[in-house]
Amino acid sequence: MIFEVILYIFLGIGVFFNLLGSIGLLRFPDVYTRLHAGTKCTTFGSIFICGSVMILGIKMWYQGSTDGSVLTIHTAGAIIAILLTNPTGAHAIARAAHRSGVKPVKAVIDTLAKNDSKKNKKEKQKEIKK
Amino acid sequence: MDKEDRRMIEVFNEFFMVLLLLIFCIIIAIVRVIRGPTAPDRVVGLDTINTIVIASMVIFGAASKEVIYIDVAIVYALLSFISTLFIAKYLEGGKF
Repeated sequence: MIFEVILYIFLGIGVFFNLLGSIGLLRFPDVYTRLHAGTKCTTFGSIFICGSVMILGIKMWYQGSTDGSVLTIHTAGAIIAILLTNPTGAHAIARAAHRSGVKPVKAVIDTLAKNDSKKNKKEKQKEIKK
Repeated sequence: MDKEDRRMIEVFNEFFMVLLLLIFCIIIAIVRVIRGPTAPDRVVGLDTINTIVIASMVIFGAASKEVIYIDVAIVYALLSFISTLFIAKYLEGGKF
C-alpha cells in the first residue's frame, strides 16, 4: 500500500516536470533559456520516473520476486548515467552556442565575450613574441 | 487464456499511460527541432528528446517487467552523450 502511494506520487512529479520542460522548450525566446528549460526540467523529471521504477522493484523484491533486485540495481545505473551525462552535455551546448556567435535576447552586458577576446589578444601577443 | 494474451493485457497498466504522456512530450520537442531558427536550438531539442527517450525506455521496461530495456536505456544515455558532445564541438569550430 505505502509502496504504491509513493510510486504514484513519483510518477506524477516526473511526468509533470517532463511536460513543463517540453512546453518551456517550445515557448521560450532564446537558446539559453530554452536550454535552461529543456535540460534541467527533464533531468529532474527523469530522475523521479526512474525512482518510481526503483520503488516498483523494491516492492517486487519485498514480495519475494527475484526480478525485483535486478530491476532496482539496473535502474540505479540508469539514474547514474543520466546524472553524469546530461549536465555535461548542456554545458557543452551552451559554450558552443556562445562561441558560434548566438547572442542572448535583451542582453545588456556580455562579460564572457570580453574575457574571450582578452584571452585571444594575449595568445596572439605571445605568438608574435615567439 | 494462453500465455501470449495474458502478456498483452499486463502491458496496459499505469506505466503505459505515463509512456503515452512522454510520447506527447517528444512530439512537442520535435516541433522545436523542426522550427528552430538556429543550429543550437535544434541541438537543444535533440538533447531533450534523448533524455525523454531514456525515461520512456525505463518506463517501458517497468510496464512489461523486462530488465533488458533498462540496459538498453543505459547504453542509449552514454551514446547520446557522446553524439551531443561531438555536435557541440563541431558547432564551436576550431581544432579538435
